[in-house]
Amino acid sequence: MLELDDIQHILVTRTPALTGRYEFLTFGNPAGGRAWLAGLRDKLKSAAEANLSVASDARWVTVAFTWNGLRALGVDEASLATFPEEFRQGMVARAEMLGDSGQNHPDNWVGGLARPDLHAIVILFSRNQETRDRSTAEHDRLVARCEGVESLSFLDLQAAPPFDHAHDHFGYRDRLSQPVIEGSGDVPTPGSGAPLKAGEFILGYQDESGFEPPQPQPLILSRNGSFMAYRRLEEHVGRFREFLRQQGSTPEEQELVAAKLMGRWRSGAPLVLAPTKDDPVLGADNQRNNDFNYKQMDPHGYAVPLGSHMRRMNPRDTGSNMNRRRMIRRGATYGPALPEGAPDDGAERGIAAFVVCASLIRQFEFAQNVWVNDKNFHELANERDPIIGNQDGTLEFKIPKRPVRRKITGLPAFTTVKGGAYFFLPGIKAVRYLAELGSERTTP
Amino acid sequence: MAKDWTKPSALAIPEGGFFGGQGEQGRYGPIFPRTPACYGFTIIAKVKDGCVDAVRGYNKTIEKAVADMPDALAVLKLHYLRWVLFDIGADTYFMYQGIFDTDFDKYTEDAVALFSLTGITTVFVNLEGFPEDWRTNTPAFIKFVRDHHRPSFLEYGEYPYATADEIKKALKLKAAFGEMLDHMQ
Repeated sequence: MLELDDIQHILVTRTPALTGRYEFLTFGNPAGGRAWLAGLRDKLKSAAEANLSVASDARWVTVAFTWNGLRALGVDEASLATFPEEFRQGMVARAEMLGDSGQNHPDNWVGGLARPDLHAIVILFSRNQETRDRSTAEHDRLVARCEGVESLSFLDLQAAPPFDHAHDHFGYRDRLSQPVIEGSGDVPTPGSGAPLKAGEFILGYQDESGFEPPQPQPLILSRNGSFMAYRRLEEHVGRFREFLRQQGSTPEEQELVAAKLMGRWRSGAPLVLAPTKDDPVLGADNQRNNDFNYKQMDPHGYAVPLGSHMRRMNPRDTGSNMNRRRMIRRGATYGPALPEGAPDDGAERGIAAFVVCASLIRQFEFAQNVWVNDKNFHELANERDPIIGNQDGTLEFKIPKRPVRRKITGLPAFTTVKGGAYFFLPGIKAVRYLAELGSERTTP
Repeated sequence: MAKDWTKPSALAIPEGGFFGGQGEQGRYGPIFPRTPACYGFTIIAKVKDGCVDAVRGYNKTIEKAVADMPDALAVLKLHYLRWVLFDIGADTYFMYQGIFDTDFDKYTEDAVALFSLTGITTVFVNLEGFPEDWRTNTPAFIKFVRDHHRPSFLEYGEYPYATADEIKKALKLKAAFGEMLDHMQ
């Protein structure tokens, strides 16, 4: 039985936020950090609460901590040692394995995200600009009241028009394939597979291995928590559009190249079901737009290239052990939209997203290391994920086609990692436990 | 490093198994290098007292698993697997040698899951030092494998760096050409 009243809403509840802010914080002393957390505690909503009020709410607050942040709040060393090795090391130390080299290297990250004194993030998702302004002003006042608490940086979120569906700055429809947690009440869309055991995403439950894995201690701290990998990815929209113009002589040809990189048309229509021509009605229909497989419907990649983003991030029936690799994605776009036809204005724009999972090493790091950046994924040789892989201009992208495949060489980098971090997302009771560390009430 | 399959190649490997002191970092630690004989593991561990027959008996289990489902071990990207029992004094040791096409680090959890399904793990539980909580503690399982791996100091390939998939594709092509020529008669 899922304890929805003890799980932060972001794990379960999809919110209709169009804007918001991420604040990245550091704590100069434990008391200040705990005072800050105590000030936020009542603003957090559990999944149970958010599910009831999401239609009328205007803002949704989430809080999470780095391993250094847990220490900065006063979590003792014995407890800290029980957290998984990859979380203790943090994303910066794992950069080489994650493929964060060259332009993506942590030396080039912004906002202080590579600093060891990054301790916490508060996510202020908001329905509109007015709510965001009110939330951030309120949070600024809280920070000012808490001695030693400082904001390292913030990132304002902004949906790009049109606002009737989620999409990134490249124009690809988003949020089409998300796993469903067993017991959450959500129903998977056709083709999305059965609901997965809660332990794949939430600590303290049985996972798809059939067992309940050991958890960080004490259990009051870890139960109903999760881990989040944060990625701030700049999207080079001007470069992307120029690439499409170079690769296709007509708008239709350019759209097909865009679709081949992703595995879906920008409308969301999957190439498996619409291999030659876009079908926007299909793209918008969540009862049909995820209902396909690869092994029977496209084994050689004539529709969806083997190296396309979608096929790498979820190989479906062509991958092994898939139920142990799924991840929940949350996040938003940031930066101003670049109007179609406008020259690149040099502004930073992109996606700032969280991968939520119970095991960073088995889920997020596997996806990043193998699916995204293994040059020999599917025996492709010399390819990485064309959208989010580490591209340095020397790799290629192969599009299977009869009688002869098409090979694009010198693929440019369409995205650059501008920052990232590993966070622990505590449950509601754990937030209270952390806020009261050092006081008499912390005894479980 | 040449990747020309037409030219037999031997590679001397430094003590410890890595070039330059330490290999590229994988999720669970440094990755052992690919050689003309592909990737591989040679795990050597002492068999618990009284468990030798149990270990030996699992050869039939694996034989049947693969006979019933030929792609049972596909995820391991194997060329060859060799299981050997040998004595040192009064003790018996088990050697698991696998030659495969992907570094173990990449698909390590898949391998552990597969080991559990096919019974290979049940062989491991008869070895000294194998973690009792292996079902839920994948990192401990992987640490056992790494701790008991004895890296080669020389590896040789007659057709170096060719993957099992490439070899199978070549054999399929050969068969297809043969069939085509038959139709041409």
